[in-house]
Amino acid sequence: MNWSLPENIATYGGKIDAVFWVITVVTAIAFVLVEVGIIWFCVKYRRREGHRAFYTHGSKSLEVLWTAVPALAMVALGFYSANVWAQIKGRNSAPSESLQISVRAKQFEWNVTYAGADEVLGTSDDFSTRNQLHFPANRPILIWLESEDVLHSFFIPQLRVKQDAVPGMTIPVWFEATKTGDYQIGCAELCGLGHYRMRARVTIHEPAAYETWIGEQIAARNGTGRPTAVAAAADFGEVGAEAGGHPGDAAGHDHSAGGM
Amino acid sequence: MEAHAMPYYGGRTPEKGMAVYTQKVGMWVFLCSEVMFFTGLIGSYIILRFGASEAWPQPGEILNIPVTAVNTFILICSSVTMVKAFAASEMGDKRGTRLYTLATAVIGATFLGVQVYEYHHLLSHEFGPWSGLYGSTFYTMTGFHGFHVFCGVLCMTWATVKAFRGGYDGGNYRGLEVLGLYWHFVDLVWIILFTIVYLI
Amino acid sequence: MATIVAEPTGIPVVEEQHEMSFIRRYVFSSDHKVIGIQFLFLSLFFLLMGGLLAMLMRWQLAWPGRPMPFGGLFPETMAPDGIMLPEFYISLVTMHGTIMVFFAIMLLLVGVFANYLIPLQIGAPDMAFPRLNMLSFWTAVPAGLIALSSFVVEGGAAGAGWTSYAPLSARPDLSGVSLGQQMWIVSLVLLGLSSILGSTNYITTVINMRAPGMTWTRMPLTVWALFITAILGLLAMPVLSGALIMLLFDQTIGTHFFLPESGGQPLLWQHLFWFFGHPEVYILILPAMGFVSEILASGSRKPVFGYKAMVGAIVAIAFLGFIVWGHHMFQSGMNPLLGTSFMVSTLVIAVPSAIKTFNWMGTMWRGNLHFHTPMLFAVGFVMLFVIGGLSGIFMASAPFDIFIHDTYFIVAHIHYVLFGGALFAIFAAIYYWFPKMFGRMMNERWGKIHFALTFIFFNLAFFPMHTQGLAGMMRRLYDTSGYTHTADLQWTHLLITISAFALFATGAIFAINFFGSMFRGEKAPPNPWNATSLEWQTPSPPKHGNWEQAPVVYHGPHEYSHPDVTDKDWLAQNERPDIVSPAGH
Repeated sequence: MNWSLPENIATYGGKIDAVFWVITVVTAIAFVLVEVGIIWFCVKYRRREGHRAFYTHGSKSLEVLWTAVPALAMVALGFYSANVWAQIKGRNSAPSESLQISVRAKQFEWNVTYAGADEVLGTSDDFSTRNQLHFPANRPILIWLESEDVLHSFFIPQLRVKQDAVPGMTIPVWFEATKTGDYQIGCAELCGLGHYRMRARVTIHEPAAYETWIGEQIAARNGTGRPTAVAAAADFGEVGAEAGGHPGDAAGHDHSAGGM
Repeated sequence: MEAHAMPYYGGRTPEKGMAVYTQKVGMWVFLCSEVMFFTGLIGSYIILRFGASEAWPQPGEILNIPVTAVNTFILICSSVTMVKAFAASEMGDKRGTRLYTLATAVIGATFLGVQVYEYHHLLSHEFGPWSGLYGSTFYTMTGFHGFHVFCGVLCMTWATVKAFRGGYDGGNYRGLEVLGLYWHFVDLVWIILFTIVYLI
Repeated sequence: MATIVAEPTGIPVVEEQHEMSFIRRYVFSSDHKVIGIQFLFLSLFFLLMGGLLAMLMRWQLAWPGRPMPFGGLFPETMAPDGIMLPEFYISLVTMHGTIMVFFAIMLLLVGVFANYLIPLQIGAPDMAFPRLNMLSFWTAVPAGLIALSSFVVEGGAAGAGWTSYAPLSARPDLSGVSLGQQMWIVSLVLLGLSSILGSTNYITTVINMRAPGMTWTRMPLTVWALFITAILGLLAMPVLSGALIMLLFDQTIGTHFFLPESGGQPLLWQHLFWFFGHPEVYILILPAMGFVSEILASGSRKPVFGYKAMVGAIVAIAFLGFIVWGHHMFQSGMNPLLGTSFMVSTLVIAVPSAIKTFNWMGTMWRGNLHFHTPMLFAVGFVMLFVIGGLSGIFMASAPFDIFIHDTYFIVAHIHYVLFGGALFAIFAAIYYWFPKMFGRMMNERWGKIHFALTFIFFNLAFFPMHTQGLAGMMRRLYDTSGYTHTADLQWTHLLITISAFALFATGAIFAINFFGSMFRGEKAPPNPWNATSLEWQTPSPPKHGNWEQAPVVYHGPHEYSHPDVTDKDWLAQNERPDIVSPAGH
């Protein structure tokens, strides 16, 4: 049971979590100040017979104080956040040597296109997988995010990454994982009745293992001529993810999709 | 406390001077809302036009500028007659009030007639609201303006009937002044729309 | 122009209208008090409806895929065998938000109290345009009915969230909802019209109908808040109307505003929606702040601490409210530089909110606190609004918003602001002004029980959502169990659902008290709270036309415990100053 943020596996995740802790401390001080103050006043100044309230219309100096202090705190927080924001989501924040992958979302699946052996997207050796994202740890990944139909949102909680996919736009998203393992992509933007089951598996490999996986995929594609996307989907055992498929049968039971 | 019933003076003491009468304040407030409505439409138009991937049609390529220029002139004329109607009522000129309210209603209706003709012509040439962003924005903006003129013509028709029944006689010009504010606003919007939709 | 000066400007004091049919008096009434009470019944009905929808959602979240109690009542298209379908769940999400925001909270705050209180508190006989006011109510009624009835049409109710993000909302082939979405649009266009008419009326009334001596700085904070709220509604609502109509055209006549295939821009919808939507958020909280300021002053028997700063804070919040809409769109694909500027303006808005909170504490400081039910709800408001306000700072910071955007943290935040904030203030206001409206007191004991249970169950229901959000649980999911990172949080859903059921049940205490007191409550004196503003200086309930003669105002709005007044601890605004006029006003 985790009471706070999930495990962080992103290189920049620490910066985001630090923002969280800074705000938590600042707001906790304000929270305690106000709540304790109110309760204290409620007890101390409760009605007493014959007692009269202190007549005052306010206090300039106090009001200036409690305007200035929050204002300073907020401006400081603004500068601090703006700096972190620019490092993570700024237009040119993605490291230049990033591994590029294309992700195309549609109701209700994630289609991932890899550059193949030449590591260049848009060439003939590109291949796609459905509802699986593979990439190596310790290397910056740059995702070109697109959507085919409606808004979706690409969310990997442990990587502290979230970005809406907007039809008609190609949006760059970058991150770098610090460890290997299996995770999930979730869709965070309401995209229709299958929104809740729009998931994909994320596999973070050791760099060498990733190369092996790429090699296997290319070999499988060349060898059998069978489209890898279909093969991958079959391996993955995804059900009920057909766009427009009636979801009634799936009503919350398609744990096969989630049980990865 | 004062014994007699006191009129309301917007929180001021009567000596300090006269507040603007309530109906006029109300119309000004309502027009602020209208400004935001058209700002939303025009703002969307600007964003869509500048973000458009395909080339925007040249002025005059699809729309008939001369016809609409004449129509614009017609609408401006109706603003003139509107002012005249208000002035006549204020000065107690019964004949002028009737004549000019009627003229405003008729000229407004003429503008609408030309707009309907324009729509009909465009639609018969397969240019409809479904015709790309250009068609979407054109019909929505001019259509909403036309709807406002239509509402204005309805009110002016009602005002004309009222004028012929003597409703604005004896210096009772307020109804016409308030209606005039709306009318001039709608004209002003048209001049902006004509410029950005037809000319630029 | 000389002739005008001799004329009175506003409406003359209304002559007594003796013979009015039942229909003219209670159905198509133009009396602002009757219209306010009509809005009260209407919006409480929608509050109940919105609550019911929430209960259905909570059932599904706690026990996904289990048949609902009375689930057999639902048609096959919603819940076959009583098991909720995902499309029905999304309709519930959408309509719960829509009904609560537009038809419950907004109508309760503005429809009810702006109508009822503005003329009474500024000493006017009625609104500037009474018949326009009636029209405003009778436009809101069909709007609400259209929204509700969309559940039973083919395809069900709208299913794109209360924000109806395009293209999902514009493409029936992708959402599966066509007529329902169109009814949603028509409903909100009508409501927008109602709101614009109402706002025009409120603003004009405040500008032009104030009683002699009711200067701007003598207006009660409720009037200030409602006045500024009306300006927000006046300027924000038409933008929504325009956007809604574009959306409707995209669906029906084939325009391309939000459809990218032909060059339209999905983000344009978000910009337009939130340009309206963020001022809307303040429409939903500013009146609440006004009520609370006034009830805290009355309950503490002290003038509002820093009246002018309070007014300034309301104005500042309203102004800033128009330039922060992009903070809903940090992760939308909008230019990140734009995100930075929206982040700064958003953080700045915390400052006026802080001023208000500290001034409320200042009002209670060294007071003589009477804990009647309205005061309890007002104090509860401050305690909970602070939580909602502080949690807002987390999402205002764009980098941390990357993580919590579209998670339950947002759901927690909005409910702390709109339920813990707005609705607590609404309860405070209903308990406070009920005697004026109906001439009878609400039951104090049941009022206090209602407060205590609401406070407890509210926190139990909504606080755990912060935890869910921080764990990364996404909102608007029909079933959250498929995600591994939140798999062990199912028990929080259970806790929330049980608390939410209890919270909903607590509403029954209020309903019984409300309707029971209307008929059997203790007779209310004109001024049960010994309050200073003008409405308390009339009989309960006030007569048609409000005043025998126009009141004349001599003081600021909250003159409690003035040292020169010795026989009582309050000085009404229209009490003639035999003493020196209190300082500062």
